[in-house]
Amino acid sequence: MIEEKFDAIVVGAGMAGNAAALTLAQRGLKVLQLERGEYSGSKNVQGAILYADMLEKLIPDFREDAPLERHLVEQRFWMMDDRSHTGLHYRSDDFNEEKPNRYTIIRAQFDKWFSQKVREAGAIVLCETTVTELAQDAYGKVIGVRTDRADGEIHADVVVLAEGVNGLLGTRAGLRKRPTPDKVALAVKEMHFLPRETIEARFNLKGDEGMVIEAAGTISRGMTGMGFIYANKECISLGIGCLVADFQRTGETPYGLLDRFKRHPSVAPLIEGSEVKEYAAHLIPEGGFKAIPQLYGEGWVVVGDAAQLNNAIHREGSNLAMTSGRIAAEAIFQVKSRKDPMTAENLSLYKTMLDQSFVIKDLKKYKDMPALMHTQSQNFFLTYPELVSKAMQNFLRVDGTPKVEKEKTTFKSFIKARSWSGLFGDAFRLARAWR
Amino acid sequence: MGTAPKTAAPAAGRAATKKELPEHFKAYKHVWVFIEQERGQVHPVSWELMGAGRKLADKLKVDLAAVVIGPEGEATRSAAAESFCYGADLVYMVADNLLADYRNESYTKALTDVVNTYKPEILLLGASTLGRDLAGSVATTLLTGLTADCTELDVDADGSLAATRPTFGGSLLCTIYTLNYRPQMATVRPRVMPMPERVVRPVGRIVSHPLGLVEDDIVTKVLSFLPDRDSAKSNLAYADVVVAGGLGLGSPENFQLVRQLATVLGAEYGCSRPLVQKGWVTSDRQIGQTGKTIRPKLYIAAGISGAIQHRVGVEGADLIVAINTDRNAPIFDFAHMGIVADAIRLLPALTAAFRARLSPHSRDRIAS
Amino acid sequence: MHIVVCIKQVPDSAQIRVHPVTNTIMRQGVPTIINPYDLFALEAALELRDQFGGEVTVLTMGPPSAEDSLRKTLTFGADRAVLLTDRFFAGADTLATTYALATAIRKISTEFGAPDLVFTGKQTIDGDTAQVGPGIAKRLGLLQLTYVAKISALDLQARTIDAERRSEGGVQLLRTRLPCLVTMLEATNQIRRGAMADALRAARAPVVKWSAQDAGVEDISKCGLRGSPTIVKRVFAPAARSEKAALIEPGEQPAEALIDAIFKRQPTLETELAALARGY
Repeated sequence: MIEEKFDAIVVGAGMAGNAAALTLAQRGLKVLQLERGEYSGSKNVQGAILYADMLEKLIPDFREDAPLERHLVEQRFWMMDDRSHTGLHYRSDDFNEEKPNRYTIIRAQFDKWFSQKVREAGAIVLCETTVTELAQDAYGKVIGVRTDRADGEIHADVVVLAEGVNGLLGTRAGLRKRPTPDKVALAVKEMHFLPRETIEARFNLKGDEGMVIEAAGTISRGMTGMGFIYANKECISLGIGCLVADFQRTGETPYGLLDRFKRHPSVAPLIEGSEVKEYAAHLIPEGGFKAIPQLYGEGWVVVGDAAQLNNAIHREGSNLAMTSGRIAAEAIFQVKSRKDPMTAENLSLYKTMLDQSFVIKDLKKYKDMPALMHTQSQNFFLTYPELVSKAMQNFLRVDGTPKVEKEKTTFKSFIKARSWSGLFGDAFRLARAWR
Repeated sequence: MGTAPKTAAPAAGRAATKKELPEHFKAYKHVWVFIEQERGQVHPVSWELMGAGRKLADKLKVDLAAVVIGPEGEATRSAAAESFCYGADLVYMVADNLLADYRNESYTKALTDVVNTYKPEILLLGASTLGRDLAGSVATTLLTGLTADCTELDVDADGSLAATRPTFGGSLLCTIYTLNYRPQMATVRPRVMPMPERVVRPVGRIVSHPLGLVEDDIVTKVLSFLPDRDSAKSNLAYADVVVAGGLGLGSPENFQLVRQLATVLGAEYGCSRPLVQKGWVTSDRQIGQTGKTIRPKLYIAAGISGAIQHRVGVEGADLIVAINTDRNAPIFDFAHMGIVADAIRLLPALTAAFRARLSPHSRDRIAS
Repeated sequence: MHIVVCIKQVPDSAQIRVHPVTNTIMRQGVPTIINPYDLFALEAALELRDQFGGEVTVLTMGPPSAEDSLRKTLTFGADRAVLLTDRFFAGADTLATTYALATAIRKISTEFGAPDLVFTGKQTIDGDTAQVGPGIAKRLGLLQLTYVAKISALDLQARTIDAERRSEGGVQLLRTRLPCLVTMLEATNQIRRGAMADALRAARAPVVKWSAQDAGVEDISKCGLRGSPTIVKRVFAPAARSEKAALIEPGEQPAEALIDAIFKRQPTLETELAALARGY
């Protein structure tokens, strides 16, 4: 066992872990961060979009040297059926501001930079070190961790669990349950290499402008899921994911979905001629507010994906992770400044602070959405996309049919597919879950 | 640096990309090949280099000389005589019993002395364990440029040696020059250059040079030599038929299929680098840029994708046959023929089919 | 006893890809690793240190990011890490590299004690030439033992070292004097995993950073591109063969079809193979 004691041990060097370790170190605490991967970011997979506002709270001048791909000026929402997409685009030159609000990033590079900042702030970061279990005293209080290195037990006042969506430490120690398959999505992603000029021409971008496409519809074959296409400097990230429970139920495979997505007539031309550089898969928490576990206990707190803090509706995860890591660190710092012990009661400050932040407020807002999407997946991901596509085509084809008749046909098709009560019900449920 | 001659560096500034050969290097002429011999055997790579050297000398219209370093006696004299059969116009010989066993100090002195005295413009060595041990010491002593593990040697119109070798882990090739230093040194791995024809010729002019050392001058002593057991040796680099397997085989057990086909063909067997890295096969069986280079008449690659690292090790084969499930695998870019099939299924079928085809009954049919 | 181990941080060549349009190397995102051959050298050095006492200093010449590799060697248990980094070193060929490394080793000698042994790996996976070890030895006036499979004896009093050196067709058992340079063969050992205490110490230990001036380089023109007698004039992808492989239709009997195609293309092979198969 290591005699030396730390103020805090952070398990994991992803977005949440780095945010927590950085904040703790900036506040002058003695921090040890343990990452099982070869380097920070090696085990992380994300689209990826970086939310500047949240990062600014940690590293105000990050734009000076952070590896950023493109800043987003355009967002497209696509509702897709097998041969078409109906989209809502928003593009604004307002996003070409001095301090852009969102960027695409490549996690392996970004995390390395982020980890360097953590080290510069004074935290000790050990990679290739897996935490095998939490060390607990006779009363069950967490007093440290055990690792896979020789003589690898090491103690601290508090352990910050930033171990990711499928982290086993907390579940093994009985601090929370493993997420069930209907609360977790499996997403797969590829990076497609294309020359810069091609990307800029295809997506109508200049300089470092970037765009994002979020897509849903028949691409997920009736399952609850979403696809995405992000433009980086010299490559395109694209991917698709669905609830694990749905994959289990249908027998579909993530890669099968991705293959279909890539061959969709709206997608294929965008990646034509590209070279696939990387393939990755990852789990994403989808349970929303109702899936959030106990966030703190005797000598421990949980942050990021491990705490199921992911806003699937807006596809925001990394900013929630960063923010929860930062807030947990602030709470720990306050307890420490008062020279109080890290009891559950004292650490409840973390939850209090988190509840007041956008993190919990947003998740609360959408707490009924995951269930709605799942139970109504046929409608939202199959029926409506097909109906909308037909309606749009009907609207756009000029074939001599009088417009009044066209509208009637469309109207009737909606009623026939969903019935009046179905339509009203869907609208009502959606509005309520959205609020 | 002891015996190194005074050399003036080229004009200060960025690396010279133009040929501005300092005056005192202009007298350096002729192409030399170091003839490697150990315990009475000349390493075949030396003859391969004589072939390459002959071509360079002819283009430059200069002489090709062989440098033979070894103990006094029959073996060294015979190596010198053989050099003429492989195209030498002249042989430089340093024969001294202190050179009976290879030691870096004595061989470095011998070679650098001869170079400083007779001034070649090009010096080639084989990239064997001995050659690599020697070449770096000699190049550093002479403060000259050395391009190692070349896959191609040529001369430009201005007479500069153009040495091509793989770079960036073997993904690309690059051509390297030593414009303003002499001699231009290069090493070449065994089997990269073809073995030239041996033509019976009389022994020509031999220039002897003394070693100029006594035993006490040499610090390193050889305590003993343990020869490898015969059974442990593989003849992979010189085999006429080679069968090799790669990751397409799926599991270490399936490598047996490669060995079985090799047995039926009387061939040697090998593998691509990933199999050695995974521990499925020993490293002496690795074919490729960091393994062995082969030049067989027939090379069958089963389940090998054909990355450039592998390609440079087999390009000299007369007939490359590729078996791979991926129609777009790079191996089909340089193989002579191929079949899109699963090696795990095809190898046993080939083994049986070859066995039937090459059986004594068939033999009679062929002979008639 | 003081041992200096020279390592190199190299791109993980298994992951290097060539830009489909510009034909240059895509380094972006390619992870760097410690040249695998150097780890055998490092482990051999650590084992000697454990046995005889003393220190192991790891030295590398590279860009600032090479610090990551050095830290890793500290987690394995090395006592000290030195990074030789300066833009003047960029573009160095073997001769310029050995000049810089030899200069740094002399500086290490004055600052931390003269090394009894200098270890390098057999070759690198990016350059593959195996010339740096011998070059360093020559510049420092060290005796050299290359392709060492095993160090069989070390006598610090008598200042001798015995080693098994791989030679063509066998193994030489050599004895030479310290100080000397050793290049280790691959697969002779396995690098240990550092204990927690080592990992913590490594995370905190400062990496000594030297510019060319700090290292005591006397003649900067001998470094980097300027100090390299060899220059790279052309980088290119191997020419695709004009004709790709003739693909044989598998059909019902793929094995027979393939054999037929082989013998049709090269009729003499059939006789030769028959002879080989009979063991003649």
